[in-house]
Amino acid sequence: MRYTGQSLVVGDHIDTDAIIPAIYLVSSEPEELGRHCMDGLDPEWKKKIKPGASLLVAGRNFGCGSSREHAPVAILGAGIRVVIAHSFARIFYRNAFNTGLIPLEVGDDFAGFKEGDEIEVDMEAGKIFNKSNGKNIGFPPIPEGMRAVLDAGGLAGFVKKRLAERTR
Amino acid sequence: MALTLAQKITAAHSVVPADEEDAAPGRILNCRLDLVLANDITAPPAVKSFERMGADRVFDKRRVVLVMDHFVPQKDVASAEQIMLSRKFAAEQDLDCYFEGGDAGVEHALLPELGLVGPGDLVVGADSHTCTYGGIGAFATGMGSTDIAAAMALGESWFKVPESIRVSFSGRPGPHVGGKDLILWTIGEIGVDGARYKALEFDGPVIDAMPVEGRLTMANMAVEAGAKAGLFAADRSALEYCHKAGRTGDREIRPDPGAYYERHIRKDVTGMEPLVACPHLPENVKPVSELRDVTVNQVVIGSCTNGRIGDMRAAAEIFAGRRVKKGLRCIILPATPGVWKSALEEGLIAVFLDAGCIIGPPSCGPCLGGHLGILGAGERALATTNRNFRGRMGSLESEVYLANPRVAAATAITGVVTDPASL
Repeated sequence: MRYTGQSLVVGDHIDTDAIIPAIYLVSSEPEELGRHCMDGLDPEWKKKIKPGASLLVAGRNFGCGSSREHAPVAILGAGIRVVIAHSFARIFYRNAFNTGLIPLEVGDDFAGFKEGDEIEVDMEAGKIFNKSNGKNIGFPPIPEGMRAVLDAGGLAGFVKKRLAERTR
Repeated sequence: MALTLAQKITAAHSVVPADEEDAAPGRILNCRLDLVLANDITAPPAVKSFERMGADRVFDKRRVVLVMDHFVPQKDVASAEQIMLSRKFAAEQDLDCYFEGGDAGVEHALLPELGLVGPGDLVVGADSHTCTYGGIGAFATGMGSTDIAAAMALGESWFKVPESIRVSFSGRPGPHVGGKDLILWTIGEIGVDGARYKALEFDGPVIDAMPVEGRLTMANMAVEAGAKAGLFAADRSALEYCHKAGRTGDREIRPDPGAYYERHIRKDVTGMEPLVACPHLPENVKPVSELRDVTVNQVVIGSCTNGRIGDMRAAAEIFAGRRVKKGLRCIILPATPGVWKSALEEGLIAVFLDAGCIIGPPSCGPCLGGHLGILGAGERALATTNRNFRGRMGSLESEVYLANPRVAAATAITGVVTDPASL
C-alpha cells in the first residue's frame, strides 16, 4: 500500500485537546469531528488540508493527553490518513491503529520534513520518500501484537473473528 | 526473576500462563481484565464499535462499569443524547454498575470509594486518568473506545509489559506539600513524555506516610508524564482504605526486592515549596513563591485529581475565617456524592459558602472545558485539576495553572498565586 501527499507540519506535544477540543466531543462521527480538526491549535489550520492529498508531520509525543479516540477520528475525518511523527503518546498510538489512522514513528528524522514537501509512503517496504529533498527514511516494522489486529482489518474485525472462534 | 509491580500484575493476568521470560519488558501479553470502564464521552463510540464487532453480550455484566461524569448534569441536547445511548446499552446488557445522576461522581474518585477496584487488579478504562487506581496497587491504564469495546466483548486486552521508572521520596514534607506537589515535581523532572510507554513506581518513607488519597492524586497524573501506569505498593494503609470501601480479601502487593528499573530517581522533599505547573504543559513546574505576580480570575477545586474529602478538608482549613477575593470566582466541585455528603456533615460546605465559594455538583465540568466554569479570552485559572494545555478550560487565549488544594484556596483568597504559608 502506498500513500502520497503534501506534508503539513506541526510541533512537539500536540495534545488531544489541540487536535479536537472537548466541546466537540458530543459527536463521534468522522465528518463532524473532521470539521474541527486541530481547532485547539488554530481554528484556521484545517483550511490547509487537501483531503486525501495531505500527510501530517509532527514532533515529539504527538497526541498526548486524553484517551479520546475522537482525536485520530478527527484527523481521518478531515481527510488525512498518515501521521509521521518523532514519537507518539501511547494511547493515541493504539487508537490510531484501531481506527485506521497510520502512525509512523521516525524519531529525529521528522526534522527533515518541511511544510509542503511531496511525500510518498510505501508501507510494504517500510520507507518514506521525500520527493522534495530526495531523502528516503525507513520506519520500524509494525509491532508483532498489532500485526494480528491489522491482518484482521482493524480491531473490530479482529474481535469479530475471536468471538466467532469462541462460539464455535 | 525479581519483578516490578507492573510486571507482577500484568504477568499474573496473562491468559496463557506467563513464565519469567514472558514478563520481560517489551513482551506482549494478552491479559484477563478485572474491570472495564467508560464514561459519557467515551461509552457512545465504544457501544458503536461493540456493535460493529458483532458482539452480543459483555463478557461479565459485573465487570463493565459506565460512569456518566463528564458533561453532567447534561449540559446540552447532544450530551443528553450521548447519555441516553449509554443508559440504553447499560439496560440492554443489564450492567450492575451504571452510574448516572445522584449515584454518579467523577469516575476515578467514585470507583475506589465504592470498592470497585482493589490491589493487584488489572483495569482498563476509556479515560486517560484510569491510571488513578495505581494509588491502591492496581495496574490501571487508559485506552480508546474501540479498545474498550473489545475489552467489553472479550474480557481480555493485549499489553506490552512496560519498563518501570522508580521514584523514591525521602525527607520531611512541609505542611502545605502533598501528593500533588510530588507528582508535579516528577513531571517537571522527567517531562511530559519522560515515562512514555513506561510505568512509574513510587516508594520511599514519604510515600509510606502518605494518605492513600495523596497516592491516588499522584497515580492520577502519571499519564501527564506519558506513563502507562503509576503504581504504589498496596500496604497496610491501602488495605485499610479498601476495607473501608467495603472490600474483603485484598492482600498486600509489593515489587520484588532487586527488580530491574530503567531508572531510579531519588528526591529529598525537605524544604520543598508547593509547586505550580504553568501554562501550557504540566511539565512547566515552578515553586509557588516565584509566581506572586500572577493574577487569577478563577479557581477550581475538584476533579479526579484533587476532588476527594482530604482535598476538601485541606481547602477548608485555608478558607476558614477568610473570604474569596472580590471579582474572583472560586468553584468547588466535590468529586462524588459521598465526598459532598461528608463535606456537608463535617461543616466544610458552610466554610466554603462563608468564604464566598460557588459549590457545584460532582462533575468533571470545567477541567476539560466542558461547562460549570469556562474561561474567556485573557482569563486565567488556577485549578487542582490535571491538565493545562492551551484552551483546556475554555478560550484558546486563556491560561490554566495547576496546584494543590491549599495553594488553590490561598490563591482564591488573595487573587494572585499564593503560598498558603504566607497567609
